[in-house]
Amino acid sequence: MSQRITIDPITRIEGHLRIDLEVDNGRVARSWSSGQMWRGIEKIVQGRDPRDAWAIVQRICGVCTTVHAIASVRAVENALELDVPVNAQYIRNMILCAHTLHDHVVHFYQLSALDWVDVVSAAKADPLKSARLGESISEWDGNSLAAVEATQQKLKNFLASGQLGIFSNGYWGHPAMKLPPEVNLLAVHHYLQALEAQRWANKIVATLGSKTPHIQNLAVGGVSNAIATDSEGVLTIERLEQVKEYMDRLYSFVFNCYFVDVAVIAGSYADWFSIGAGVNDFLSSPDLPTDASGTAFMTPGGYTPGGDHGAFRPMRSFGDSLLADNVAEAVKHSWYTYKHGDKPLRPWNGETTPHYTDFEDEGKYSWVKSPTFMGKPAQVGPVAAVHAGLAGGHGPTAKYTQSMLSRVRSLTGHEIAPAQLNSTMGRHAARAIRACVAYEALKTNWQMLMDNIGRGDKETFNEPEFPAGESQGVGQVEAPRGLLSHWVVIDNQRIKNYQAVVPSTWLSAPRNSNDEPSSYEVALNGSAVADPARPLEPLRTIHSFDPCLACAVHLTDIRMQKTIEVAAL
Amino acid sequence: MNDTNSLSRSGAGCAERAASRIVVLGVGNLLMQDEGVGIHAVQRLRSRVQLPEEIELIDGGTSGFDLLPLLENGGQLIVIDALRCGHAPGSVVTLKDEEVPAFFRTKLSPHQVGLSDLLAMLSFKGTTPASVTLVGVVPSEMSCGMELSPVVSRSMDHLLATVIDELARLGVRCETRH
Repeated sequence: MSQRITIDPITRIEGHLRIDLEVDNGRVARSWSSGQMWRGIEKIVQGRDPRDAWAIVQRICGVCTTVHAIASVRAVENALELDVPVNAQYIRNMILCAHTLHDHVVHFYQLSALDWVDVVSAAKADPLKSARLGESISEWDGNSLAAVEATQQKLKNFLASGQLGIFSNGYWGHPAMKLPPEVNLLAVHHYLQALEAQRWANKIVATLGSKTPHIQNLAVGGVSNAIATDSEGVLTIERLEQVKEYMDRLYSFVFNCYFVDVAVIAGSYADWFSIGAGVNDFLSSPDLPTDASGTAFMTPGGYTPGGDHGAFRPMRSFGDSLLADNVAEAVKHSWYTYKHGDKPLRPWNGETTPHYTDFEDEGKYSWVKSPTFMGKPAQVGPVAAVHAGLAGGHGPTAKYTQSMLSRVRSLTGHEIAPAQLNSTMGRHAARAIRACVAYEALKTNWQMLMDNIGRGDKETFNEPEFPAGESQGVGQVEAPRGLLSHWVVIDNQRIKNYQAVVPSTWLSAPRNSNDEPSSYEVALNGSAVADPARPLEPLRTIHSFDPCLACAVHLTDIRMQKTIEVAAL
Repeated sequence: MNDTNSLSRSGAGCAERAASRIVVLGVGNLLMQDEGVGIHAVQRLRSRVQLPEEIELIDGGTSGFDLLPLLENGGQLIVIDALRCGHAPGSVVTLKDEEVPAFFRTKLSPHQVGLSDLLAMLSFKGTTPASVTLVGVVPSEMSCGMELSPVVSRSMDHLLATVIDELARLGVRCETRH
């Protein structure tokens, strides 16, 4: 019997995403990924001073404020061919690394763990077994019996209060939940500790960015943090020492708790390394520049077709023609219309004219456009970044990939190949690998900044100069969710066109002009669905991409409805 | 759910309930007209009203976890947001304590994911705010744009007065800037 399952909205994500599944004999036969909100950011910044755009576009999304701000200043700097003082690069790099750590920790514990961890089972666990298990698997010092017992008591109080329902779509007792009670309890314990750890990452961003949730310190040409060794209200050595203190507190959680937990969950659900592969061509950006012109990077990025490291094509600078010449957006299956037919448009020439038709299985069905690289879909995100790191000879990526895969092997006895990172579980593993890379880079940038200040260099800003006439630029960031690019056309110091091509657009897009699906749909096809009314398996796969649709689109319609509908076909 | 028009608010007898810390948190998307009314309200409170030091006035945008430290230390929380509830556009509506997460559960607000999840996590952790009040405005226009609709603009004074009344109820007197 065939059934149609509609999940709308997907919860525990940012933004509004609808997923439709046609299920045949317990397997997904067809899928549709549909962004339910409309995007039109360029209309707001058109005609404005390009130096002001970053402060506006960071409002696109409340989760990714920082990376939108950085992409925007980089786009304008690229158009103006403007160098950025290395101190400013280091400060931006540290903000990006801390933001990435924040995102990955929160994504694993707060947004995904409940797909794998049964909270109700944790209440029945023996806390002594949990504490002993915790002490046996890692050096994390937060696993004492007293601490684990305190968590279990909180959990029991919470369950007794009858509020469990607020963790919507938690599928307690589902047959796909496999962890023993003591592992569930340990995971719930770390869930609470992660709420503390994410604050330290957040404080790093806040201290360097002058404020969160919306950083204040960016400028086209650098950062507005004046560096001083004494006065108040600027980036002092004292503040940088404070940043160091937050970094130190974060270290143990990332390496001894988060990284280890991902390996344990991955080892317990190792079959999910063979489920949920997205598009197998990978695209990422080099990032963490260490020179003024953005040609030397700490982490490589580029195009890895077929996941083949021998075929890797690196991007060698910001605005590399490999990126600038090869991105286009299609609207054949999106609720937009282009002036001159369905031919995909380069973002600099992008148009955003809405054309709503209703949900058409074979026609238009999403507010998200469909981006392509060299005419084909690409997977962005942590797996793409890890592939680029491995292909580009990046030492830390190789080290932490090996460490993760050997941990999983020792738990399961099975070899997991790097190619299997393109899977539901692999994306969690890749994110943990990337978190360790980000931590190392954060520390290195801190030291480079201190050393540079020590040498007497306090430059943080180059004044932009606008050429007469038209110029265009692309700003690229390897954001936590993957390649983010902002595209700007400047005419006489004013913004003429602006487009943001965001990571979740690459992943959640509807089919492109050749009817090729993007990663969500590819990953869902063939998925098992044991219980159509509780489609935990597809949700695991969707959550593994860390969806953030708030920027891809915006909200037009707020409806009260059931989250999951099942219809016989 | 109460329409604030029907409620009289007075500061009398509330001084003893004044907490050491009060957070007034505007949330919303500044790029989507009335969706950003909470942020507009925070900006206007900042420029028009002299608030005592113990009050933190925060532009929360559409953030989620970044807001956690602000909600966590057991103080009083007033959230200003756009919300839809069947009332006419421009109506100012106040919700209290358990009505707030219950309200977000029915998913009528664009950023319910962030706030309802945060409140759930805090309740799990045992560190919920002492009180939560949501002061909302029913939006009229939510297209791309940084300007409020005329309908919601006309409600702004009523909205600010409602927030100031809430503060008075918590024992805080606010001076208007001249």
